[in-house]
Amino acid sequence: MITDILIAVLLLSGGAFSLIAALGIVRLPDFYMRMHAATKASAFGLVLIFGGGAIFFADILVTLEILLIIFFVYVTAPVAAHLIGRAAYHMNVPLWKETQVDELAGKGSAPRHDEVRTDRKEGVASERKNI
Amino acid sequence: MGAGMPHIVEIAASASMGMLLLAIGMATWRLLRGPDLADRVVALDMITLLMVGFIGVYAVRTGIDAVLPVAIVISLIAFLGTVAFARYLLRRKT
Repeated sequence: MITDILIAVLLLSGGAFSLIAALGIVRLPDFYMRMHAATKASAFGLVLIFGGGAIFFADILVTLEILLIIFFVYVTAPVAAHLIGRAAYHMNVPLWKETQVDELAGKGSAPRHDEVRTDRKEGVASERKNI
Repeated sequence: MGAGMPHIVEIAASASMGMLLLAIGMATWRLLRGPDLADRVVALDMITLLMVGFIGVYAVRTGIDAVLPVAIVISLIAFLGTVAFARYLLRRKT
């Protein structure tokens, strides 16, 4: 009974976090804020849902599988968000008009491997290697 | 559903499925509308994450734990897709 209630609370709060993330991705004014909402909130909602699943099944193999899912999502989601955010910044996706601090503003916006790619025009092979 | 009073878990799973579906719908709206390509990529990434969560809720709702590897595979493919899209965006700029 207690575990049923715990599972129900975990599932519901996971769904609610996902819904909040979706609200953020619809309503926030700026690509970077939308990315922030989409990545963090939905990853956390996922962890809550799968925690509920682990308690529900109460089986060591299923729990290991679920831990694998959670570990994988928590390792890959920040990397993916970082890559896409950097790509967007270097594509000059506009920031919100009321953004106060842009720490990358004066620093020459070409990314490192992109710089390497455009600087070394002479060698196609080294260019390939850097992609 | 194992125990004597399974209703709470079933109701919660159904409600959570509904919320996840609504969230997928909202992310799809952003996917279709997104003013920038990066917005679409993030929306797609989030849709796949929500689908992974949906599979988790589905496993609880039906009691079938054999669908959980699908969640692993989908999260892996979502990561690879997002990285590929980010590379594509960086390369398209030049």
